[in-house]
Amino acid sequence: MAETGSRSPVRAKGLVVLVPYLWLLAFFLAPFLIVLKISLSQTAIAMPPYVPVFDLAEGLSGLWESIRQLSFDNYVFLTTDDLYIRSYLSSLWIAGVSTALLLAIGYPIAYGMARAPRAWRPTLVMLVILPFWTSFLIRVYAWIGILSREGLLNSFLSWLGLIDSPLTILSTNTAVYIGIVYSYLPFMVLPLYAALERMDDTLLEAAADLGCPPLKAFWVVTFPLSLPGVIAGCLLVFIPAVGEFVIPDLLGGSDTLMIGKTLWAEFFANRDWPLASAVAVVLLLILVVPIVIFQNMQQRQQERER
Amino acid sequence: MRKGPTLFNVVSITLGFAFLYIPIILLVIYSFNAGRNVAIWAGWSTRWYVAMLQNQQLLDAAWVTLRVALLSASIATVLGTLAAIALVRHGRFAGRTLFSGMVYAPLVMPEVITGLSLLLLFVAINFDRGFWTVTIAHITFSMCFVAVVVQSRLVTFDRSLEEAAMDLGCPPFKTFFVVTLPIILPAVIAGWMLAFTLSLDDLVIASFTTGPGATTLPMRIYSSVRLGVTPEINAVSTVLIAVVTVGVVSASLITKRQEVERQRAERLAAAP
Repeated sequence: MAETGSRSPVRAKGLVVLVPYLWLLAFFLAPFLIVLKISLSQTAIAMPPYVPVFDLAEGLSGLWESIRQLSFDNYVFLTTDDLYIRSYLSSLWIAGVSTALLLAIGYPIAYGMARAPRAWRPTLVMLVILPFWTSFLIRVYAWIGILSREGLLNSFLSWLGLIDSPLTILSTNTAVYIGIVYSYLPFMVLPLYAALERMDDTLLEAAADLGCPPLKAFWVVTFPLSLPGVIAGCLLVFIPAVGEFVIPDLLGGSDTLMIGKTLWAEFFANRDWPLASAVAVVLLLILVVPIVIFQNMQQRQQERER
Repeated sequence: MRKGPTLFNVVSITLGFAFLYIPIILLVIYSFNAGRNVAIWAGWSTRWYVAMLQNQQLLDAAWVTLRVALLSASIATVLGTLAAIALVRHGRFAGRTLFSGMVYAPLVMPEVITGLSLLLLFVAINFDRGFWTVTIAHITFSMCFVAVVVQSRLVTFDRSLEEAAMDLGCPPFKTFFVVTLPIILPAVIAGWMLAFTLSLDDLVIASFTTGPGATTLPMRIYSSVRLGVTPEINAVSTVLIAVVTVGVVSASLITKRQEVERQRAERLAAAP
């Protein structure tokens, strides 16, 4: 079968690839190389606040000189101050706990959606997506009014008579968990729903006919079959949660450590651009593993569907 | 044998949707609160909407945001559609792995890293920061979302339609515009809308890449929220929620109707 592209003029075919390719090289890859470069340079009190590593005006000898000046000081510094290590670990921990909570909350919702009458399903999917379209910042902001000491949740609970004095939830890690679970729920529910909805009901019938009780049938049939959705959902929420900035900043307290917040502070408050770059490079290295897994999985799935 | 939803299913869906919607509904209700305190109801009032309309900084920020979103979504849609075609149609080409990596990576990249790296690029090439740098940043990450959306439609595309057109002598460019584009149009529109909302929504990347005179609405909301909760922000939020809801619901109704009509037309064409 002839490729459509092969009949089109070579130039047009080239452009289709070339234009987005060049754009991504210029505005996605090149910036990363610059981050890498700056993470190896020294801080300076100037604008920009670092010593440029490469200066084209100095020619080849200048290039050699600047390579000799590359330093790993910023990376070494990351290991000496335990603020950074604690930030990374606490980000991974918060993201991990949030992912587990999301799975526990999202699975029953997705399962219920997949079991709903066929005619309702598109509406239910639409209802899950709709909050995702409304501003993320506003959805996080809505929780400030609910969780604060004089907030709606405390008023509601004391009205019910369940509590005597207001609970402190805002500015704690609990609020961060609530914020992440709330904002990321659609990312968990949709892949789970996609996996569960595609499932063949006759498998469960067969299990039941062979005398398998429903709960066991769920564990040995339904859950394993929904694993691709579970993995996709977990990665979709875990990776961005690790680098989250807005939620810990607005809902968390001063003791809530997350690497996104630390990077932001290093960059905007301390104006230590080389160190902020080093923080970003290490964060990226931590995330590369799940990203590569995710990409391989998507490719395999696409090949299967083709 | 269980058929259809059980009580457990109904309860989990109900609780799930309550969790998703109650905060938004409370926010909307309290935007009409006459009082300043967010938790104490002091009667209905539209005073915060009046205050919002008189806040010039807020209106300026909204205008900047809208222009950035319209421009970046449109360019991102063109670039993203090209990227999707390149990935689905152009088999192997030099650097394909790098290309597909660059298309998928921004989808999962933490925003702080994307923002930081783009800012350092603009500083390195001495590019004045402002409207254009925010727009370029938004094009870059949203084109990847467009590419993924359009790609999913292209994968299921029936190539024989294009081949028929070309066998009948239609030149490739024209084939694209009269055959391919109309068929993938729902995905292209969905991609544009996704890019548009992503741009409207973005706080972190805009904060890194912006410059004087280009404060976006999320940045303005964020700075006033950090100073303390102001009921005015409830009003702004409600307006945004209303706009997005109307937009998304009407767009989905339109694409649904188009889909039904297209299927009917295909059935008619297939009938002897």
